[in-house]
Amino acid sequence: MLLDYTSSFHYVLALLPEVVLSVWGMGILVAGVSRKQQGGSGQELGWVAVAGLAFAALANGWLYFGVAEEAATAMIALDRFRFFANWTFLLGAGFAIIISLPYVARQKLQAGEYYSLILFAVVGMMFMASARDLMVIFLGLELMSIGVYALAGFNRRDRRSAEAGLKYFLLGAFASGFLLFGIALVYGATGSANIEVVADAVRNGTAVDALMAPGVALLAIGFAFKVSAVPFHMWTPDVYEGAPTPVTAFMAASVKAAAFMAFLRVFLVGLDGVYDQWWTILWWIAAVTMVVGNVVAVVQSDVKRMLAYSSIAHGGYLLVALVAGNDVAAAGVLFYLLVYTIMTIGAFAIVVTVGNQSERRSRIEDYTGFGWQRPLLGLLMTVFLLSLAGFPGTAGFIAKYYLLLGAAEAGLWVLAVILVLTTVVSYWYYLRVAWYMWMKEPTGADGPGAAAVTPLATHIVLVIGVALVILGGLFPGAALDLAAASVDGLRQAVGAAAAPAGP
Amino acid sequence: MTDLLSSLRYEDWILHALIWLPLVGMAHVVVSSSERAKKLAFVWSLLVFVLSLGLWWGYEPGGGGFMLESSTPWIEAWGVSYALGVDGISVFMVMLTTFTSAIAILGSFEYVKTRRKAFYALMLLLETGVLGVFLATDIFLFYVFFELTLVPMYFIVGIWGGERRIYAAVKFFLYTAVGSLLMLVAILYIYFGGSAGSFAYEAFLNADLSLREQLWLFAAFALAFGIKVPVFPLHTWLPDAHVEAPTPGSVVLAAVLLKMGTYGFMRFLLPFFPGAAQHPTVVAVMLVLGVVGIIYAAWVAAVQPDAKKLVAYTSVAHMGFVVIGIFALTLNGLQGGMVVMISHGISTGALFLLLGMMYERRHTRLIEDFGGLGRAAPLFATAFVITALASIGLPGTSGFVGEFLALLGTFETHALAAILAATGVVFAAYYMLPMVQRVLFNKLDRPENRKFPDLSRREILILAPMVALMIGIGVHPTPILERMEPSVQLVLERVEGAGATPSTASAGSPDVGPDGYAGSARPGGHALLPGTASAPSRRVEPPFAGLGSQEPVPATPVRED
Repeated sequence: MLLDYTSSFHYVLALLPEVVLSVWGMGILVAGVSRKQQGGSGQELGWVAVAGLAFAALANGWLYFGVAEEAATAMIALDRFRFFANWTFLLGAGFAIIISLPYVARQKLQAGEYYSLILFAVVGMMFMASARDLMVIFLGLELMSIGVYALAGFNRRDRRSAEAGLKYFLLGAFASGFLLFGIALVYGATGSANIEVVADAVRNGTAVDALMAPGVALLAIGFAFKVSAVPFHMWTPDVYEGAPTPVTAFMAASVKAAAFMAFLRVFLVGLDGVYDQWWTILWWIAAVTMVVGNVVAVVQSDVKRMLAYSSIAHGGYLLVALVAGNDVAAAGVLFYLLVYTIMTIGAFAIVVTVGNQSERRSRIEDYTGFGWQRPLLGLLMTVFLLSLAGFPGTAGFIAKYYLLLGAAEAGLWVLAVILVLTTVVSYWYYLRVAWYMWMKEPTGADGPGAAAVTPLATHIVLVIGVALVILGGLFPGAALDLAAASVDGLRQAVGAAAAPAGP
Repeated sequence: MTDLLSSLRYEDWILHALIWLPLVGMAHVVVSSSERAKKLAFVWSLLVFVLSLGLWWGYEPGGGGFMLESSTPWIEAWGVSYALGVDGISVFMVMLTTFTSAIAILGSFEYVKTRRKAFYALMLLLETGVLGVFLATDIFLFYVFFELTLVPMYFIVGIWGGERRIYAAVKFFLYTAVGSLLMLVAILYIYFGGSAGSFAYEAFLNADLSLREQLWLFAAFALAFGIKVPVFPLHTWLPDAHVEAPTPGSVVLAAVLLKMGTYGFMRFLLPFFPGAAQHPTVVAVMLVLGVVGIIYAAWVAAVQPDAKKLVAYTSVAHMGFVVIGIFALTLNGLQGGMVVMISHGISTGALFLLLGMMYERRHTRLIEDFGGLGRAAPLFATAFVITALASIGLPGTSGFVGEFLALLGTFETHALAAILAATGVVFAAYYMLPMVQRVLFNKLDRPENRKFPDLSRREILILAPMVALMIGIGVHPTPILERMEPSVQLVLERVEGAGATPSTASAGSPDVGPDGYAGSARPGGHALLPGTASAPSRRVEPPFAGLGSQEPVPATPVRED
């Protein structure tokens, strides 16, 4: 089916996954209010939300296979980059919701609001990945951020959660300001907020340099905050530590993924022509992010906080691909974010389990002997950790290798060496969890496994996650091809088409 | 025998079976009961060993290249294949691996008393990893297996090890990882620098690299393998890992894992970077490190109160012989290095097993706690003496053949290094014989030692084949030498044949850019992924301006679109 936007119904079709999810989210919100009067844990609402994600994924698949767009300049892109990104977000949100189910029930959180906020945040993410217009990116970003601000502070009875919500909100609003100002300057420089038009203006040299340079810098700062790149990462550990753990998983995985998707499209498509202006800045940000994220993670004694710093480090690896700025690197970012989503949420799911669906027992000592008490969960955690560390045989290795491939093609050897050396540093803290789990004897009957109750659904999600991680490590071919196809044409579509039309 | 093998179509499936059967065994162990785990693991590893014996007949030393080759695309987008093959160098490593794995598992029956299922599962996983390292002919596949061996070993040391097991396990893991990750970057560099989008061994051999590039890449590969060997200043992880590891872990570590390093020297380092490998400075550095390792480790071993630590240091010394043998770049030297690898695998493996038996009986490894065991346990003492003599390199044992050939080969090209290294043989006697004397022959003055039980039937079964091999190879090494000769010769030819061209042609030639790679030699963008062939490829100069640049940072990155 070809969408040419002659009828306004085409707009609905082009936004079908987002529409499905928005409607679903509002339905859950209403249902949550009516359920509250009856009491109950709200688990069904979670499953309804998962069903909504599944329908959105189906709609996304229909768009992928059955629909084409006429011109590649609409505000919302109908390209494979968007669909790949959408599946990543939907998968991450589905995992996050399923691991939230027992947590929300046990902490007596308002299920309706909780699940609908996650759905709305996913809608925001999908807008960020699909936008071909800087304003739509901003709208998506705000939609996502507001949902996540609320989710971070969702557990009102927990002071740390409230602190996390406030901190995230204040700093996030600040960063949104930077981003918005950057958008305004770019608009001023090129006369358009459409990424493809901006790209053409930049390429043809019609952009006003005096506005362009500060605009690019402010955009970089705004995105760097959202992907928690050093030195804009200060909020990350506190927010990740204070937020309810399933929310932290969602933030570390999907929110970061969405920010990277938008970052990628804006910088590699829109600002490709001024690559010379921004690659040095990002080079340094990437290097510093990898070093600081990994080195500071080493000294963390809290697993949740350690994973927060490790997510900063992963952001550094992804930034290497952005600096490389070629198609291989862009495909690498997509594949990495998919894998990263699975393994990060998997690792956090174990943290929730060890903490027995609460915020307690997240210190590394609490993992002593966990592996022998709960062999299955211990094994799953070990695989997730090895994958996060990028160990061969897991998808994490293939993903990290993909990023290195992009960096190598761009000749970024120093960054590649920094990447692998900081990876060695990361082995230390990932393995530390493994050694507490397997190599130390449990101290008493009150070991971590004694209390932890894991629902079947969490087990199933974790087993699926590990299966995907190992499958992606051993037979990544299909996923790699999909990622490569998803960026095919992304970076030259309009530039090539518009070139002959130019004067 | 050959007829029987070919009737089974042995050559079609053997290499795949060797790699994957241990994994099947691992799955079997995991689903079995804890009591049956050890027997199952032994049966599976024995099966793998018996199958691998066929290689002795199935492998024909022809031109020295890979035999029984097979290749299936694995990750097509990146040009990675699941490619296996065996040549005169790896065939012995494979047989050594299957042999020591079975022996180590049999030797762990009494030593490992807890969490048996996990232990034997990890041992079998380790066997798969090591066999993959020796059989892979695709560089990516090799790397995956090379790293894969780390995980099971980490857990074997960390869970079943001694007091400081976690320290030792982490140190082992991180040391090895530093080297191998830098090697990964080097592999990528070659992948982009002329192997034409393929990870095949042949493609890497033909990669067009300038001398300057070769030296850098050589350094990265040498670091990875040198840590594994371990070459002298990089050896500090080894005594810790050996001492803390449980007996079977030490056996596999000494017999097989260290060989992955020297195997890497022969298989990858020399043929890939012939210009660097022949560079006088490089050769000098490697020989000096080898000689220093031999002498230093011998001195340190001599003062160890802990018998296991003593044996651990002897590993460093023995591997020093392998290093000088390899970098002498002579046929005798390389062959000697190979024989030392095999001999060290058997004799040091046996020593660790013997020390493990002592530890099982007395729960101590301090030399001073023993004495006069020769009277209490004559069979044990016999095996101990033969093994120790093989380790020293007494004529008539396997150690002599290897060290003699390695020294001979070194003497042909670097006489001084050979003379200095030869003193290491004397020092070997200096550290090993007093240990033997204090353990076996002094007064039997401790009551515990009087009751020291002699070898059990299982232990005889473990040690008898090892002792037989030590003497067998020592007396009649010809079948081994003639099987490995064509392949070793081929390594030499690759070094000497290909090495002459780049080392003379591009020393200081203008096409080596200030940025460290030869600009003209490198094609612009490879078609890495389907559909990206026409994409712009960026060649960015990072702010540090590459490796050892003399030019100021260029203002703009080079973009090739």
